Amino acid sequence: MERIKNLNKTTRSNIITFAIVIVAFVVMQALIAAHAVSHSIIGLLVPICAYVCMSISLNLVVGISGELSLGHAGFMSVGAFSGLVVASYLNASINSVPLCLFVSIVVAGIFAAIAGFLVGLPVMRLRGDYLAIVTLAFGEIIKNLLNNLYVGMDAKGLHFSMKSAQALGMDGGKILIEGPKGAVGIPQLSSFVAGFILILFTLIVVLNLVNSRTGRAIMAVRDNRIAAESVGINVTKYRLIAFVVSAALAGMAGALYAMNFSSIAPKKFDFNTSILVLVFVVLGGMGNIRGGMIAAAVLTVLPEQLRFIGDYRMLIYSVVLIGVMIVTNNPKIQRVLGDFKERFRRRGNGAAQEVDSLEGGASDE
Amino acid sequence: MSSDVREVKGSQSVAATEKKADALSAEKGKRDASTGGNVKMVPVPSDSIVPERDANKSPVLECRHLGIDFGGLRAVDDFNMMIGRTEIAGLIGPNGAGKTTAFNLLTKVYNPTRGTVLIDGVDTAGMDISKVSKAGIARTFQNIRLFNSLTVEENVRIGLHNQIKCGMWSGMFRLPRHWASEKEFHNKSLELLDVFHMAGNANEVAGSLPYGAQRRLEIVRALATNPKLLLLDEPAAGMNPSETAELMETIVRIRDEFQIAILLIEHDMDLVMGICEGIAVLNFGKIIAKGTPKEIQSDQQVIEAYLGKQDDAKDGE
Ligand SMILES: Nc1ncnc2c1ncn2[C@@H]1O[C@H](COP(=O)(O)OP(=O)(O)OP(=O)(O)O)[C@@H](O)[C@H]1O
Ligand SMILES: [Mg+2]
Repeated sequence: MERIKNLNKTTRSNIITFAIVIVAFVVMQALIAAHAVSHSIIGLLVPICAYVCMSISLNLVVGISGELSLGHAGFMSVGAFSGLVVASYLNASINSVPLCLFVSIVVAGIFAAIAGFLVGLPVMRLRGDYLAIVTLAFGEIIKNLLNNLYVGMDAKGLHFSMKSAQALGMDGGKILIEGPKGAVGIPQLSSFVAGFILILFTLIVVLNLVNSRTGRAIMAVRDNRIAAESVGINVTKYRLIAFVVSAALAGMAGALYAMNFSSIAPKKFDFNTSILVLVFVVLGGMGNIRGGMIAAAVLTVLPEQLRFIGDYRMLIYSVVLIGVMIVTNNPKIQRVLGDFKERFRRRGNGAAQEVDSLEGGASDE
Repeated sequence: MSSDVREVKGSQSVAATEKKADALSAEKGKRDASTGGNVKMVPVPSDSIVPERDANKSPVLECRHLGIDFGGLRAVDDFNMMIGRTEIAGLIGPNGAGKTTAFNLLTKVYNPTRGTVLIDGVDTAGMDISKVSKAGIARTFQNIRLFNSLTVEENVRIGLHNQIKCGMWSGMFRLPRHWASEKEFHNKSLELLDVFHMAGNANEVAGSLPYGAQRRLEIVRALATNPKLLLLDEPAAGMNPSETAELMETIVRIRDEFQIAILLIEHDMDLVMGICEGIAVLNFGKIIAKGTPKEIQSDQQVIEAYLGKQDDAKDGE
């Protein structure tokens, strides 16, 4: 009895998370149909979906695996640019938008996963906080590489160069990525529905992974590395799995994001974007996937509504980030918050028991 | 069996020195060969003890000349030990003697500066902590190391990690293998928790358990790895006398049920003398005595290590 009740706790929490996503989507669709949403919000729908996916995927590294990654935008960038090249290439031959979008997002995920594997493999073998430093560098390196990348497409296929547009040796056709200017003439395949589906996919992957043998091993390494090793867990392997899956999901979100615009520059995915995603995760409560999603949605909409804050946005984020770090690491504040939670829980206990007895009855049937 | 291992090693090193000698001087080599038939062979005196019932089986653990230095400090030195397949052995000694360090050497938390460790005859040189676990040693920690944010059952499930397999993709996309393995995980972990009658606590968060229960959970988690040898670092620390009495019973029951060897560090002498068959005493990193509880209790060196030299009494004599 006790067992069933508690097993349901995680399942129940996951169901609530999915329900929130689905309800939000349906409500939004209804509002759009009723013309009750401003144009600026409609323009934000796909970016919100992309950032929600970014928040979920970074939570896998920061919250579940317990490591600090400061270059998550780098993987988003890898996914964005590889995805849009594939989309441009396929768009010429495939008529179906969903199929074209699907293939390019999958390819974006694969490219980002490869990048994640190459970055993670050497770092994960080390002890300590090297990941933060290496991912920080990775984000900058990717940005600079893309600033020098030229990709064109003509009748002969794709051309790549790291020098200039002339060096592509194009025979007519069109230039897809033009160095610092970034990608131009992107096929705008992304849609709110696609974003919604990608959020669901990301959620399924992460939540299922967390509640499986693999996820338990990842969390074991986070909670106590030596104890995890002492029960025979290969620490490097499970840290790497979390990191690569997270990178792949970030790449997919990047492709979705890029194909919402007609042009996008590499500098869009810079250190600030990495920090922004980290703020989503920290504000939502590290490891709390639902909280991170909500933080991502709110913090993407708010700045547009509060335009007067303007350039102070990053300043405010940093202050908030420092504040949260202090609060979560100060034992005194923790104790006060703990007491508060305890009181809150005790008050809510009666209601909770009722729900439990109802659920118990249902599972007996 | 165990002495076989040592003999083989011995003959290898003899061969090595002979070869060196050959290289240095062929004449000397000839002389050695000519006198070879006249050398008297003697049995190597062994300082190891195992219970009689385990004497004709290979020992589960054997370490020779094990040692580690921390800077100038010889934390453990010339540590020799053999543990029978179903032995309950004790490792005692004053605070700071190097007992925990010895455990850390056996499980590769520290890399030994000197010496060898054989787990069931397999050398652990080059293994890391997780490989040692796979080779058959499980342990608990003096300063408890649970997965605090996870539940009791999840802690045991993680202990079962290498016993029940299920790949990443199966878990991620909920393939049939995932459901089958989760069922196995669940049943097996409740079965193991029952060793300490803890199945009722399966869904509590490990970090919020009382101290004694945390120690017991650590033992269950270690047992879940299906070890041949279980190392317990002060399992009764922080337990009250009735909990300790129950723990003693359970340790013996674990040995009988799982047919494994147990080596424990403990300051509670009632527990050590009550259930340990062989005891080794460590002082300043060196083993100063080995024997049955009776022998240890009357050993002069051990008494001195624990109580200090009784100069007054000596003067009187
Ligand atoms: N990582 C380390 N670096 C330096 N010195 C260490 C380290 N670990 C242990 N020591 C030292 O080695 C000695 C043995 O320590 P150890 O923890 O093994 O003692 P112990 O016998 O387990 O004592 P206790 O009964 O108090 O647990 C101590 O002097 C300790 O300070
Ligand atoms: Mg100790």
